[in-house]
Amino acid sequence: MTTGQDLELVSLTKRYGEALAVDSVDHHFRKGQYACLLGPSGCGKSTTLRMIAGHEDPSEGSIVLGGADVSWLPPARRGTAMMFQSYALFPHLSVSDNVSFSLKMKGVDAPERRKKAGEMLELVHMDQYADRLPDQLSGGQQQRVALARALITNPQVLLLDEPLSALDPFLRIRMRTELKRLQQELGITFIHVTHSQDEALALADEIVVMNNAVIEQAGPAREVFNAPKTEFVARFLGGHNVIALPHGHFAIRSDKVALTSTAEGRLGGQVIGIEYQGAYVLLTIRAAGDQEIAAIVPEEKYFENPMQQGVDVGLSWDDSALHPVSV
Amino acid sequence: MRNLLKNPHLTGWLLASPLALVLLAFLVLPIAMIVVVSFWGATEFSIYPAFLFDNYEFLFGSPVTYSVFFNTFKYAAITWAFTLVIGFTVAYFLAFHVRTLTWQVALFLLCTIPFWTSNIIRMISWIPFLGRNGLANSTLISWGVIDEPLEWLLFSDFSVILAFVHLYTLFMVVPIFNTMMRIDRSLIEAAYDNGASGFQTLTNVIIPLTKPGIMIGSIFVVTLVMGDFITVRFMSGSQSANVGRLISNDIALLQYPSAAATAVVLLATVLLIIAVLLRFVDIRKEL
Repeated sequence: MTTGQDLELVSLTKRYGEALAVDSVDHHFRKGQYACLLGPSGCGKSTTLRMIAGHEDPSEGSIVLGGADVSWLPPARRGTAMMFQSYALFPHLSVSDNVSFSLKMKGVDAPERRKKAGEMLELVHMDQYADRLPDQLSGGQQQRVALARALITNPQVLLLDEPLSALDPFLRIRMRTELKRLQQELGITFIHVTHSQDEALALADEIVVMNNAVIEQAGPAREVFNAPKTEFVARFLGGHNVIALPHGHFAIRSDKVALTSTAEGRLGGQVIGIEYQGAYVLLTIRAAGDQEIAAIVPEEKYFENPMQQGVDVGLSWDDSALHPVSV
Repeated sequence: MRNLLKNPHLTGWLLASPLALVLLAFLVLPIAMIVVVSFWGATEFSIYPAFLFDNYEFLFGSPVTYSVFFNTFKYAAITWAFTLVIGFTVAYFLAFHVRTLTWQVALFLLCTIPFWTSNIIRMISWIPFLGRNGLANSTLISWGVIDEPLEWLLFSDFSVILAFVHLYTLFMVVPIFNTMMRIDRSLIEAAYDNGASGFQTLTNVIIPLTKPGIMIGSIFVVTLVMGDFITVRFMSGSQSANVGRLISNDIALLQYPSAAATAVVLLATVLLIIAVLLRFVDIRKEL
């Protein structure tokens, strides 16, 4: 469904000399969705985001937001706001002045700026730190300030460039809950660039997987995870095996691979790795054709019948769990 | 011995001592000496150890001192203003407009080329250029801009300040450039993202973040100009004076106590200026 507030990329292309960073990407981001651009480093996801933000000029194609072509507008007039990877807080300004920077640029007077900044800081639970300098804040707090600074411009689209990568794992999980909460509260579109599939799966309404300057697959998180269309997507999202069978290549989730006796299996192999992971046990099996296949067995089930490294096993699965993928 | 060396306090003192000794012998002692001599007495033909305030009384009692100090401040202030504007502009261009490191290094080295010759040579080379029948005057006359040679080009305050700016702008460029290179480029983008124009970014982000570099450059330029005597002598054709020339004249007349007293006052003045400058900006981050 298209509404006036959607963001659309139309054969968006970015070249650096000969190198193609983004190759004619078309995509439609629906309003109010949490979208994740997911991909390995150098896949073009950051460049795409920076083009949407206006910090990089597209070589070809356009960016359409709310029905208007914004491709050549300056960043602040697009209705987008960006949250930078390193937060890019102004080190010489207090938290409050950082948040209200855009208002100062517009010529809003000081008391009004302070009031607005206070409201924004309240939204991210940082109101008691208004007079601190960024240096005096922890990573997570700095991020909240950066978020408040981006949101004070009332953007229709918030662009987040690897927002969680500078945080420690514990904070990362807390902040991602926070991001999701904010997005739902504000109802605006978030576009979040990440190379972490966990992050994308946890946050995104829609996942856009990029590789080699193009979109490999896009869709709701569950759809992309459960039915990867290409070998790259299956492997990058993790938790999948890509196996070559006589009638083609298929992706199958590791937890859908069952271990049986050699006679009953659809594919034979040898256990080459056993890793206890807490809730489950991860087994690596070398199957026919020198393919490595990972199988996840619930912990209890595995310890009913523990295995030795090197034993021969059979692998079986339900046909419905197989998804044909292109290689 | 082995145990003694393990004592961290002692090791620390030992490590610091060579530099401390050098500074003591070549900085503290000479200054102490100057301070001591400034209280000595002098006649036309001799100087003798004493503890007199004659030199200071004479110094502060003479109107020449005040006009010479005023002149020195004037040179320092005008030179500071010009080197700041030129230095900031050059540093800004190098840091933000030159994209590749190779070009930055190349252009930066280009700025240092004048330093391959001595100060004096660089100064003297202005003379044939600015002289009454020099390049500047003859060019302007041949263009018909002026009818007769401009007298104020050489041996004037103009030529003194021109030479100062020429000599010392690089001392402004280097620290400012250094500070600018440390500014995270995403801050500039963040400013644009928040709707700042180029000029607003300059005044709200770049200049405040460059302040420590500006301050270090200012200290260089101000101390160099305040302490200089040779530039003023050459470029003013001995027609203007600053404190440095006052001291050098006294020394030429073997009036060491008087020279020492002037030097002490100059040193105190410069230290005071630096103290004031440092109150404005914290440069510790740059060191």
